[in-house]
Amino acid sequence: MLINVHRPSPVPDLDFKVPSGCGLTGLISQKGELLPGDAIYRSLCSMEERGNGLGAGYAAYGIYPDFAANRAFHLMCDTEDARRAAEAVLRRDCTIRHDEPIPTSPVKALKNIPVLWRYFLDIKPEAVERVGGGATEPDAVVRLVMEINRKVDGAFVFSSGRNMGIFKGVGNPEEIGEFFRIPAYRANVWIGHNRFPTNSVSWWGGAHPFGLLDWSLVHNGEISSYGTNRRYLESYGYWCTLQTDTEVMAYLFDLLVRRHGLDFDLAAQVMAAPFWTRIEREEDPEARRLSSALRAVYGGALVSGPFAVLVSDGKSLVGLNDRIKLRPLVAARKGSVSYIASEEAAIRCICPDPEALWMPDAGVPTVVTVEA
Amino acid sequence: MARTRVAPDFAVRRDTARCINCKACVRLCANGVHVWDEVAGAPVADESKCVGCHFCEEHCPTRALSIERAPAETTSGGHWTRSAIRGIGRQAETGGILLGAMGNDRPQMAYFDRLVLNAAQVTNPSIDPLREPMELKTFIGSRPDRIEIARGAGGRPRLGAPLPPLLEIETPIMFSAMSYGSISLNACRSLAGAAGEIGTCWNTGEGGLHPDLESCADRAIVQVASGRFGVTPEYLARAAAIEIKVGQGAKPGIGGHLPGGKVTEDVSRTRRIPVGSDAISPAPHHDIYSIEDLKQLIFALKEATRYSKPVGVKIAAVHNVASIAIGIVHAGADFIAIDGIRGGTGAAPSVIRDHVGIPIELALASVDQRLREEGLRHRVSIIAAGGIRSSADVLKAIALGADAVYIATAALVALGCHVCRTCYLGKCNWGIATQDPALTRRLNPEVGQTRAANLLRAWSHEIKEMLGGMGVNAIESVRGNRDHLRGVGLSQVELDLLGIKHAGSPW
Repeated sequence: MLINVHRPSPVPDLDFKVPSGCGLTGLISQKGELLPGDAIYRSLCSMEERGNGLGAGYAAYGIYPDFAANRAFHLMCDTEDARRAAEAVLRRDCTIRHDEPIPTSPVKALKNIPVLWRYFLDIKPEAVERVGGGATEPDAVVRLVMEINRKVDGAFVFSSGRNMGIFKGVGNPEEIGEFFRIPAYRANVWIGHNRFPTNSVSWWGGAHPFGLLDWSLVHNGEISSYGTNRRYLESYGYWCTLQTDTEVMAYLFDLLVRRHGLDFDLAAQVMAAPFWTRIEREEDPEARRLSSALRAVYGGALVSGPFAVLVSDGKSLVGLNDRIKLRPLVAARKGSVSYIASEEAAIRCICPDPEALWMPDAGVPTVVTVEA
Repeated sequence: MARTRVAPDFAVRRDTARCINCKACVRLCANGVHVWDEVAGAPVADESKCVGCHFCEEHCPTRALSIERAPAETTSGGHWTRSAIRGIGRQAETGGILLGAMGNDRPQMAYFDRLVLNAAQVTNPSIDPLREPMELKTFIGSRPDRIEIARGAGGRPRLGAPLPPLLEIETPIMFSAMSYGSISLNACRSLAGAAGEIGTCWNTGEGGLHPDLESCADRAIVQVASGRFGVTPEYLARAAAIEIKVGQGAKPGIGGHLPGGKVTEDVSRTRRIPVGSDAISPAPHHDIYSIEDLKQLIFALKEATRYSKPVGVKIAAVHNVASIAIGIVHAGADFIAIDGIRGGTGAAPSVIRDHVGIPIELALASVDQRLREEGLRHRVSIIAAGGIRSSADVLKAIALGADAVYIATAALVALGCHVCRTCYLGKCNWGIATQDPALTRRLNPEVGQTRAANLLRAWSHEIKEMLGGMGVNAIESVRGNRDHLRGVGLSQVELDLLGIKHAGSPW
């Protein structure tokens, strides 16, 4: 069955994006407690009108304790043949410890369901060596994911972290939540997304969250700098293949935080850079020099256009708005659990009496980190 | 000399009912078109000398004059154009090379006119530049691919290693190279002053730095060209950046020649050559016969200035421009200025101006793409030049991949130039392309500065409006962002070379 009728190939034709509007929600336990999936499910479903039934998804951290040391790859494939082709590439570079279909429950409303499979695996040392140039295991994973997504027709790796997983598809939050049995998982960081694409492309890979390595990211907005960001990322070996502008933000976090060693505050200063008028007002010359250098060096990573994003690497949950806050984002805290969402209602429906609730400023990241 | 048989280009119409015989036109025209006829008691015109600069027309106190295009004299209009026939006529008379000035004017070269820009609707709100900040600040120079962070007291982040020297400009538009000599000191003063006023750069060309312009040197890109005119340690030390001129869009592959008549005492001091001697810039630099030689010159200039300022290279856009650019980056250049086939000049053989080189749009697109493929894009800034006429051209060039643009003809038009394209005559009635003191004093440098600065202000405002319309609030988000461009009426080959889609294609 050919399900992915909208996804053109070969790769050079994939360079278009689908703008969208959306609802976001996320929660984190700073003590590392495992929170039932029921909470994120209810929070996300409360923002029904922020989506149009054409995409929803969840990311969960801490869900694979039995395979915590292995990479968990989630693949979606147009056909069984495509899955086998992708698996051959995986076997070349990885030792597969266990693999199985991603457990699902039948949901009548869902259409065009791809083959969904998860692999628990380790990258072979020789695959890391092959990348060369002092590459590390994550570099080899990035290369492997990019290779499958670009070159194996009809196969996509949509989750490639450790002890975490992304679950997403074309449907509304209830349908996708039920389908992937989200309420049954327990995780210490959750993020969820309800999608309103303004285009009828209904490809499962285009739903959020987007993931690479341990990163997962959900996004509400449209990235006007997409063409600049995409071409900037290409020179660092990231190829945008998922037809959604959101993809560039996930890769930008990987580049800036993992590879370039910026912390979330500095990465936010790159992506939602402070205006020059503010930099010029900064009294500390060291801080002014740094802000100015970040803008001079990372102009290609500045993200323009309205956005609110939630991103996690399993250790932190980060919320970030664009430079002039053109999309909503609310944060709250109660005890050791923190919440960030598009709407206050999405928080209050699972945490009616937060100890603190606030609206993060434009361009200022809200960073909540699991205590060591 | 026998009277030319080539028919005049222009017809001088004088409304005798309006003319008051004040002789202003006779006094004003440096080309000697208007002559007082004692017998008739009225001015008459020798139209063969008219270059079409419209100075008399604009200065006639009773508006009695109008300069019109002389009617076409051939029945053929397609292949045997008027200019082809006239050119042959002139060459039959002189046996010489036809000279031209300013830039190639053939419309088929203007890809900018077949590119359109995008705007935001609904899913992405447009931004009102009157309410929200809209940023045009631009850096020119080489950048590291990442920032080194060090941690200070209390874990506060600070810059771990200083960045290489960068030129900081407040708008991505700079004045291109025009030497003192090719243009008047008042024209140089106007542009240098405007660059300082706006916070951008001007370029000395190969004319050296006149003492009167030293106060503007902190905003000057100084040229080191094949004649090495005016190059001294102080010249290099005072500049904001240094540009090695290898080529020019109006005359790729050939040198320059400032006739001795323009080498006045003042020009001679600035260029450091004898009064009245021809200033010849050879076609190649005679110490650059390969890319290694270029590298030596780049580093000699960096050594001479203790690595304190960007050193770049200006080349004409030619067929192999992308590979040449890669070589220039490897040779250590911090910026590359690419001058397309529409680039202007004070004088060039018309045949070269009109037929050698490629349009800047195609050159720019291919250089930007190749540098990215080679992972070198951050190492160098690209300055696009050659026929930029409006803020739309600027923004389209930036979307194709330029960091900034150079303008020259547009800047001179702001000073009064009417693009009569006879700069090489040295008789510019507008006081721009001349060293005749009677003419240069017609250009008031304070007025010139205001007009040139106004042009930059106006274009910057327009760029901000276009950015806001796209839902972008910083110029860097449009840089190389070809998604914001679409082509109209272009072939697939052209679209592919430009890296854009045809209008009507979605994202």
